[in-house]
Amino acid sequence: MAILINERTRIIVQGFTGRIGTFHAQEMIDYGSNVVGGVTPGKGGQKHLGLPVFNTVREAVEQAGAEASIVFVPPAFAADSIMEAADAGIKYCVSITDGIPTQDMMTVKNFLRLFPKQNRMILSGPNCSGTISPGRSMLGIMPGHIYSQGIVGVVGRSGTLGYEAADQMRRLNIGISTSVGIGGDPIIGSSHRDILEKLEEDPETKIALMIGEIGGPMEVEAGLFAKENMRKPLVAYIAGLTAPPGRRMGHAGAIISSTGESAAEKVERLQELGVTICPTPSLMGETVAKVLASL
Amino acid sequence: MDIHEYQAKEILAEYGIKLAEGGLAYSVEEAVQRSREIGSNVWVVKAQIHSGARGKAGAIKVCRSHQEIEAAAESLLGKKLVTHQTGPAGKLCSKLYIEAGTDIAREVYLAFMIDRSHERIVMVGSAQGGMDIETLAATQPDTIKKIHIEPAVGLQDFQARTMAFALGLDGELLNHAIKTIRGCYRAVRDLDANILEINPLVVTRNNELIALDAKMSFDENALFRRHRISELRDNTQIDPREIAAAEAGLSYVGLDGDIGCMINGAGLAMATMDMIKLAGGEPANFLDVGGGASAERTEKAFRLVLADSNVKAMLVNIFAGINRCDWIAEGVVQAVRNIGTTVPLVVRLSGTNVEEGRRIIADSGLPIITAETLAEAAEKAVHARNQVAV
Repeated sequence: MAILINERTRIIVQGFTGRIGTFHAQEMIDYGSNVVGGVTPGKGGQKHLGLPVFNTVREAVEQAGAEASIVFVPPAFAADSIMEAADAGIKYCVSITDGIPTQDMMTVKNFLRLFPKQNRMILSGPNCSGTISPGRSMLGIMPGHIYSQGIVGVVGRSGTLGYEAADQMRRLNIGISTSVGIGGDPIIGSSHRDILEKLEEDPETKIALMIGEIGGPMEVEAGLFAKENMRKPLVAYIAGLTAPPGRRMGHAGAIISSTGESAAEKVERLQELGVTICPTPSLMGETVAKVLASL
Repeated sequence: MDIHEYQAKEILAEYGIKLAEGGLAYSVEEAVQRSREIGSNVWVVKAQIHSGARGKAGAIKVCRSHQEIEAAAESLLGKKLVTHQTGPAGKLCSKLYIEAGTDIAREVYLAFMIDRSHERIVMVGSAQGGMDIETLAATQPDTIKKIHIEPAVGLQDFQARTMAFALGLDGELLNHAIKTIRGCYRAVRDLDANILEINPLVVTRNNELIALDAKMSFDENALFRRHRISELRDNTQIDPREIAAAEAGLSYVGLDGDIGCMINGAGLAMATMDMIKLAGGEPANFLDVGGGASAERTEKAFRLVLADSNVKAMLVNIFAGINRCDWIAEGVVQAVRNIGTTVPLVVRLSGTNVEEGRRIIADSGLPIITAETLAEAAEKAVHARNQVAV
């Protein structure tokens, strides 16, 4: 099962023929992802990495049956590419691009809401490392080999911290059903809560790990959702104990700008909501193992 | 990106917002000259630094004579001014904004910002002006009015009216208020501002509506299409280490601790800093070297971290995805050879090509302390720091 992507999911790459798009398309193909082509406007009809290049996403959907896309388009044009994917009927889109203007993302989210929910594309990112259902499909830029297949669903804002978690779990022989990077920007396609909702519905996933950080209300909203709607246990780690207020810690969204946005405050709220907190980032794997053992 | 009050006011004037008469001065003489041009018999001398809370810190002075203006300018220009928002180092004041004194009848608060959870611009107002919004939210939350603006439709007049009435701006002030509110919204939309705050927006005794202070901050990611805004950047208001970092394509935030950090990825960087703190140490900085960290970039990152004289030990933590541990290891070895190790160095490598990376570090013969896990790395860094400090 897994969520969002599996071995059958037909994937296209937007920004296919660029340097970064080419590199990661090849990595995804090598991992076993079902990449069926890509889009580069003006290069339609050519072949790249042995796969067809299309001028538009709609052509890729109509001619190659594309269901999912990954966006490597530069920041100035990425919002447009995401909306093109949504309009063409892509079901799931991952935007890797870092540096998309916030007001462009406001437009994207507004555009997505125009579609009735059952036809609305799910977006994750921007500024994320992508999504992987280990052993089945990789729609992202992560090192696939550190993920083993299993029953833990993972959602996190940060790429490398997600790798750290996957690696800790692999060393403890704990596998992952699907790991979703939702990105570090202030406005993103899917929230922690959105992904938890999917993990709760997935029969293969038995437990969820949420990797959050300072800034915004998203982690606490996810905790509220878990308390009211999840039967599966939720484990969480919140990064940024040492972050001073008002300073952006790398991610555009990682900034303590109001009450409730610091790591300590989020941890306290999540504990009140019954979420199991990883006391340190080096204990993400062990905390998951403990909760698994108690199931 | 933050800008100065006088720059924000220039922008607001173009959007039809009324201001007190004022002018910019780079010297004491210019300050007096500006006050003569303005006329009036009361002036306000305002230090132009990127910080709020200037009033409490003595960076805004009311003057009633040219002598007082001279004295005020003398006391502010060329000084590092400390407010509770600047940190102990303070910010250099090299410009003053001289404004005609305003006869204030009432102060209100008006701001526009991006609301992350609603994914919209939110207009925030309070009939209680002058206080900062955080204090207001904590002490008098009922006085705060929020109106979200639908991006595809934009701000509507009924919303502007609703806000105006909430601020108590009715009667003949209503139309001024609507014009001010609409102007602010257009500025935020046209220029990719993240924040526009007018605190206070004042009603004068002549029943005029004037933006007495103005704060604007812009989306860094949108500067590529806002050339005029990007020219307003003032590097004297930014930590020089952060400027050097940005030029090298690194993300750096200076902190007060003494364990220097170099990490790939913002989340892992924050988590590593957390580990240092939990192990009993304090990080000297946040530093994300990013995705494809070349040997050159690694060396630049090293120089940046070690340029901080507080640093007593350094921790490198790399989880290589797109990166490869062998490239990073070569970068570290090259950096240490070129710069020399002034402090103990702990390196933890994980991910792609890790064995090769570890071999390069071991074969280098350099006094590099290695660690396998995140916890071990933090503990070794804190231990090394403690030994140096003793």
